Amino acid sequence: MTAKAPLTLHINGRDHAISVEPRRTLVDAIREDCGQTGTHIGCEHGICGACTILVDGEPVRSCLMFAQQAAGKKIRTVEGLADGDTLHPMQQAFMDHHGLQCGFCTPGFLMLAVGVLEREPDISDEDLLDVLASNLCRCTGYQGIIKAVRAAAKEMRKAPQTSK
Amino acid sequence: MTAPTKGSGMTWVGRAIRRLEDPALVRGHGRFTADLPAAHWVRFVRSPVAAGTITSLNPPKGATLVTARDLTGVKPITPMLHKFNYKPIGQPILADGVVRFVGEAIAAAIAPSEEEAEDIVEQTELRIEESTPIVDARAALASGAAELHKAVPGNVIVEGKVKTADFDKVWNSAAKRVVADIRSRRQNATPMEARAAHAAYDVTSDRVTLTCTTQMPHLCRTAIADVLGFPESDLRVVAPDVGGGFGQKMSLAPEYVLLVWLARKHRSSFAWTEDRRENLIAGFHSRDQYIRLEGAFDANARLVALDANVLANVGAYSCYPTTCGVEPLMAMAEMPGPYDVRQYSCWSRGVVTNTCPMAPYRGVSRPTITFTIERLMDKAAAAFGIDPVEIRRRNLIDKFPYTSATGLVFDEASYKETLEIAVREIDVPAFRKRQNDARAKGRYLGIGFSTFSERTGYGSPAFAARGMEITPGWETVHVTVDPSGFIEARIGSSPHGQGLRTTLAQIIADELGVPPTMIKVVHGDTDRAPYGFGTFASRSLVISGGATLIAARKVRAKLIKMASHLLEAAADDIILEDGSAKVDGTDRAITIPKLARESYTQTHKFKGEIEPGVSESGTYDPAGTFSNACHVAVVEVDVETGHVRVEKFLAAEDAGRIINPMIADGQVHGGIAQGIGNALLEEIVYDDNGGILTANLADYMPPTAREVPEIELHHIETLTSASILKAKGVGEGGTIGAPAAIVNAINDALAPFGVQIDEMPATPQRIRAALRAREKAA
Repeated sequence: MTAKAPLTLHINGRDHAISVEPRRTLVDAIREDCGQTGTHIGCEHGICGACTILVDGEPVRSCLMFAQQAAGKKIRTVEGLADGDTLHPMQQAFMDHHGLQCGFCTPGFLMLAVGVLEREPDISDEDLLDVLASNLCRCTGYQGIIKAVRAAAKEMRKAPQTSK
Repeated sequence: MTAPTKGSGMTWVGRAIRRLEDPALVRGHGRFTADLPAAHWVRFVRSPVAAGTITSLNPPKGATLVTARDLTGVKPITPMLHKFNYKPIGQPILADGVVRFVGEAIAAAIAPSEEEAEDIVEQTELRIEESTPIVDARAALASGAAELHKAVPGNVIVEGKVKTADFDKVWNSAAKRVVADIRSRRQNATPMEARAAHAAYDVTSDRVTLTCTTQMPHLCRTAIADVLGFPESDLRVVAPDVGGGFGQKMSLAPEYVLLVWLARKHRSSFAWTEDRRENLIAGFHSRDQYIRLEGAFDANARLVALDANVLANVGAYSCYPTTCGVEPLMAMAEMPGPYDVRQYSCWSRGVVTNTCPMAPYRGVSRPTITFTIERLMDKAAAAFGIDPVEIRRRNLIDKFPYTSATGLVFDEASYKETLEIAVREIDVPAFRKRQNDARAKGRYLGIGFSTFSERTGYGSPAFAARGMEITPGWETVHVTVDPSGFIEARIGSSPHGQGLRTTLAQIIADELGVPPTMIKVVHGDTDRAPYGFGTFASRSLVISGGATLIAARKVRAKLIKMASHLLEAAADDIILEDGSAKVDGTDRAITIPKLARESYTQTHKFKGEIEPGVSESGTYDPAGTFSNACHVAVVEVDVETGHVRVEKFLAAEDAGRIINPMIADGQVHGGIAQGIGNALLEEIVYDDNGGILTANLADYMPPTAREVPEIELHHIETLTSASILKAKGVGEGGTIGAPAAIVNAINDALAPFGVQIDEMPATPQRIRAALRAREKAA
């Protein structure tokens, strides 16, 4: 065990003043030190993407980043997607198109898709498929996820979301 | 959610309503086991070698390490089968002197955080005197092979034999015999959430709450109380949101037992979250089998006899509750599949080896046996010079009920119909033309069919036939209308992604005339749910759904009886719709919330003729029903690299009445994706020393969105009399049928080269090896 160092994580518009070991991964800090358990851990080696969040607008695997590396950066997690009672179009589309079953990989897919579509609203279907192939889902066979993301992409193009 | 139109005859059942589970999950408000805080964290010291004797174990100074020596009075996990020459063996909670597979838990490190516990594990000095491991099933049978367990002479832990009376006569007079010699490699169910457990002691009640990733909370409670020897009522098991299971979370994890032991001993809370490496090396495996199947055909390519030899590598221990007999014995019982064959002989064995224990994984045995018999059918078609579709047409069963050579009763289904739909929709003639054109350009396309049955929703008689000490089967559901008028259904099944909260609500909604949003389905908590067996074996909708229907009908009858009292009308004239009990054809009505309230607080109005409250129970224990499907895969094989691209996948399937088409499609989609992974990508690889070479998700590869093509589904609904809902199970079929269709398609693509691929997964290396061998021979 090494000494803990203070750190402020800026998550979904809120500051979390915490103190963590240098080896603490970002996902562990978000879940355990900041209590935001919506981001899940599937493999801890950067393959499955369950822990995908947005850091300064870019999708990242939060298991492959140290918490200290996120100091001063804007973090968005699944808990920050909805606007009060109004779901983000991506969340709504996942419900409408059966894009989830057990729901464990869902937060990672939502953040991945939202991050990429905010950056590249007119991404082609083929490129979108490449993006979605970076996360793993074991329940849906991806059929519902692909449909949902394509539908949400249309919605997001109609009313662009501003990042928080 | 809009109500069905009044008087339209429209029902909630059959509609693709959105899932009631989803709003919390898409917001990140799901509650999974690893989300709970704990006072102590546990990490395990695991065996780095496959076989040996522990000679020393030294934790770093001041560290807490629990070993088998501390577990005085704790019994090993010893599942039991009373048939098939089964040899009961116990799995110690922590290895007791001897290690039998890489990943076996030897000691538990305890610390205030997961990282500190991990530090203890890393700094622990472990010495093991290694012995030569047995990794492969055939090596376990070799004469002079070391024996893993004293109780298992020759390493054969379970053995079944069956032979029909006229087998020899028919066998010897057959026109043609064809062999399929197949190998299905070892796989891991790989739920996205690995396993996890959290045990917390409560000083007030002297009870422990175990929150864990389980598919069967009640049996988990029963087993742990047995092993630790304390009253079952002192243990509450909670399955919160569970991130997929696919069978892996059905079998009892020794780690969970240890967590409960720790919580009781230290009167505190303890947590363990399995990491992906642990899951891949020690989280139960499956499918590791050799099967030799020989079919005898008459001159018209009619299958007249089948002879099977099954060898299953069951790993180092036997899984609870099914026992390791589950794979080899199901293979024996169901090998003939959907084909009408009267003579059958089978010798099926399970052997222990120094590998991770095997347990059920989606499809259990049937992905392998379907692969086997479907390869046989394609080989037989080639031997007779007829089309693969034609040989299936000639052999599929089409009269029901059909009693198989092994005594299974097949209820009404649509084997031939689904085949014909698949053939029509995929447009075989157009494909053959495209295939020929492509071959001329050096591109190799193939089409593969797989027709199969999926035994689902079977109750206690089916499990009893296997001689299981723990005989699952029935399910009970309690349906209550509370004084607020809201409805709660408490179920013993334990869904973890299957959408049962929605589908069971749809069933109740139709019976009681209320929208599904008025109904909450409660599961996964032994303090709240009735005893039940959980969710596995494509059973929950059929059995828990059936019990739900029975309970809901009783509630309906009671509500009608009460309404007939209060509205002074004949019970026959009362209808339940739009949230009220109404006297048909009049404007007299009472809302269901008011009716419910009166049943609790105005009971005098019923003059002692009706019991207070509205709470009814239903139990269902059916014989079982067979779902069926025909899968078709179109693939392209790159003969230079061995890479296989699945161009198209089509399934024509029949799961009886569909309660929610969206959810049913999702089950089939997910199953097929796993089947594609099983067919092409997923393999746990051991080296000769029993070390695992595939301990991460870059080496063990579940398919991504790039490997799974768009899946086209067609449905037939055969309304079976074998299920009171007329629904059949739909959870496993996708995984059962897909590997055979994919590998048959690969073989079709490679037909010009004269090579045969009879192994799954059919990896690029195997395809290239087969092609190279052919090139050398030529």
